[in-house]
Amino acid sequence: MAVMTLLDAINQALDQKMAEDSRVVVYGEDTGFEGGVFRVTAGLQKKYGEDRVFDTPIAEAAITGSAIGMAINGLLPVAEIQFDGFVFPGMTEIVTHMARFRNRTRGAFGLPIVVRFPVGGGIRALEHHSESLETLLGHIPGLKVVIPSTPYDAKGLMISAIEDPDPVIYMEPKRIYRAGKQDVPEEMYRIPIGKAKVVKEGTDITVVAWGAIVREVEKAMKLLENDNISVELIDLRTINPIDEETIINSVKKTGRFVVVQEAVKTYGPGAELISLVNEKAFLHLEAAPARVTGWDITVPLAKGENYHFVQPERIAAQIKKTAKF
Amino acid sequence: MLFKDYDPLKKKQLQILDAKGKIVNPELEPKLSKEELLKMYKTMALGRVADIKALQYQRQGRMLTYPPNRGQEATQVGAISALEDRDWLSPAFRELNMFLYRGIGLDKLYLYWYGNEFGNALPIEKRCLPVNVIIGSQVTHAAGLAYASKVLKKDEVALATIGDGGTSHGEFYEGLNFAASFNAPLVVVIQNNQYAISTPRRKATKAETLAQKAVAFGIPGIQVDGNDVLAMHVATKFAADYARKGNGPVLIEAVTYRLGAHTTSDDPTIYRSNDEVAEWEKKDPMIRFKKYLIDKGYWTEEEDQKLEEDNNQHVGDTFKEVEKTGDADLLDIFQYTYKEMTPQLIEQYEEMKKFLEEGGK
Repeated sequence: MAVMTLLDAINQALDQKMAEDSRVVVYGEDTGFEGGVFRVTAGLQKKYGEDRVFDTPIAEAAITGSAIGMAINGLLPVAEIQFDGFVFPGMTEIVTHMARFRNRTRGAFGLPIVVRFPVGGGIRALEHHSESLETLLGHIPGLKVVIPSTPYDAKGLMISAIEDPDPVIYMEPKRIYRAGKQDVPEEMYRIPIGKAKVVKEGTDITVVAWGAIVREVEKAMKLLENDNISVELIDLRTINPIDEETIINSVKKTGRFVVVQEAVKTYGPGAELISLVNEKAFLHLEAAPARVTGWDITVPLAKGENYHFVQPERIAAQIKKTAKF
Repeated sequence: MLFKDYDPLKKKQLQILDAKGKIVNPELEPKLSKEELLKMYKTMALGRVADIKALQYQRQGRMLTYPPNRGQEATQVGAISALEDRDWLSPAFRELNMFLYRGIGLDKLYLYWYGNEFGNALPIEKRCLPVNVIIGSQVTHAAGLAYASKVLKKDEVALATIGDGGTSHGEFYEGLNFAASFNAPLVVVIQNNQYAISTPRRKATKAETLAQKAVAFGIPGIQVDGNDVLAMHVATKFAADYARKGNGPVLIEAVTYRLGAHTTSDDPTIYRSNDEVAEWEKKDPMIRFKKYLIDKGYWTEEEDQKLEEDNNQHVGDTFKEVEKTGDADLLDIFQYTYKEMTPQLIEQYEEMKKFLEEGGK
C-alpha cells in the first residue's frame, strides 16, 4: 500500500501492465521522452524503451488510426491524446473505425485499444484544453467510456481498460490529477467496467456524478450538513455501458434524483440518466428529476470559467430544492 | 537502383510491358514462373468477369451499390502478387482483385456488396483488413500494422491502397509521415484512376505527379504504368523489400484508369468523353498481359475462351448462392458491437425479438 495521487495511480497501472505484458505500448505527443505534458507516463520510456513508449508526430488521426493497425497486429496500444480538445482531429478514427471494427467484420477483428486523455476544466487553461467529452463519446456504439474520480479507481480502471477486448476511452479528470492522495494497493487489481460505486449511502435523494465532479458534490454535501438531507452519492465511473442497476435501485429507495455534470446540458449524460430513471423508476419518483450542468456554451477562458462550472453552491441548491419538492 | 532511376522529380514512369504487349524494359522483366504468371492472369480474368456481372446484378436490382474495378486489374494484382503471404493489405473499397489473389472467396466479397457484414469476416491468416469506405484512413491503419511488425520483429510489410482522390486526405499524409518517422515497413500504392468520382485528378491537386509527394516525407516514390502488371509487380516487390529491410515506407503511384463508373450510382458520361475512355480501352491491362503470356507460350486463345466460360459459370453460381442467404439474423446485428453484449444491448435485442415474435416487421 502506498499513498499516491490519481496521476501516480495511472502511471503505476501502466507500469505494472507493461511489466507484465510485453504487448502493451504507450504513445502519443510528448508521451515518451518527457512523460507527457502532465507527466502521467513519466519514467516509462526509460524502463521499457523507445519501441514501447514513444513520441509521435503531432497527428491525432495517425495516433488513433495507427492504434487500430497495432491492435490487429498483436500489440495492446494505450494511445494518449494530449488534451480533450485535440481528440477531435483523432475522432474520425475513433468513431468511424475503432468503434465499428468488431461489428464490421462480424467478430473477426476485435480491437483491444485504450485511448486516454485529460478532460474537463479547472486548470485555467487555453481554449480546447477544458472540454468534457462524455456526451460525444458515450454516444458511440462499440466504445466503452470510463472516468475515475479517485486514485484507487484510476488504477483499477486502467488495468481493466488495458485487459478489455474492446476499445476503451479512458478519460482523466485533469483538475484532480494531483488533488488529494489515497492509499493504493501495490498489487494489480481491477475495477469492473460498467459498475458504478455508491460513494455514500443515503435515503432521501440520489445524486449521480463522475470524475472531478464527485468531489464538488461532496463539497455540496458538506454545505448541506445542517439541512437534514440524507444524500446517496453515486460515482458513475463508467459512462458507457451505464450501470443501470445501481442507479435504479437507489432511486427506488430515495424517490428523488439529481445528476451533476460539467459537460454542457443539452443531450448530455444527465438527459440520458433522467430518461433512464423515468423509464424504469417512474412510479417511485416523488419529485421531478433534475440536473446541474455546464451551460450550453463554449467553455470560457480562465476569466469566465467559474460561471460555467458546477460549483458546490449551485449543486447544494438543487439538492435542497429536489429534496424538499 | 530503381528508386534513383525513377526519382519522381525526373518525371519518368516505369513501364516494362507496353500497351501492345511488348517488353520495353527487358532488364527489368521479372523472372516469374509460368505458374505465378498464370495465377496473376487468372485472378485478373476472374475479377473482370465478377466485376461485369456485379454491374448486371445491380442493374437487375439484385445487388446493392457496387464499385467497379474494370481497368485497374493490373495495378491490383501486380502489387499484391509482389507481397509475401504474411504481409498485410489495408485496402480502400476498390480492391476486388487483391482480395481474390489472396484466396478470399468471391462468395464472401459478393456477400459484402450484397449487404451483409459477414462478407467482411475475413480469416486473420489472409492478412487483409476489410473493405474501408472512409477515404484515407486505411493509411494510418497500415502504419499501425507496420509499426507492430517492426517492434514485434515480425518481418511483415503493410501495403495500403488509396485512390488519387484519397491523396488529398489528411490521413494519407499523417499515416505516411508517422510510418516514415519510425522507419516502419509501409508501402502505399495510389491507384490513380484519374477521377475522384467526377473530379479529375488535375483539379484535385496542383502537384504534377502524385509520386512526387514522397519527396516531402523523405521516402522513395515511383510512378508506374498501372496497366502494366509486370511493372506494378516489380515496383511493389522493390518497395516491399526496401521497407522490409527497415528503410521505411515507399510511395507508388500507379497510373491507371477506371473504365467503369465510380460506383453503380455514378454516371461517368457526365464528366468524361467517350473518346477519352476509348483511348484507355486501348491500354487495357488484360489485353497486353494475355498477349505476353501467349507470346511466351504459357497460354492460348482456346484456354482463354474456356477460362471465360468457366468464370461466367462460377460467378453466376456464386451469386445465386449469395442470394440464398437472405436477411441478416437479428442477433447478429447486436452481438458484435462488443465482445460481450452489454445489459443495454441484451435488453434492446429482447425488445426487438419480442416485437418480431408478435408479428411486427
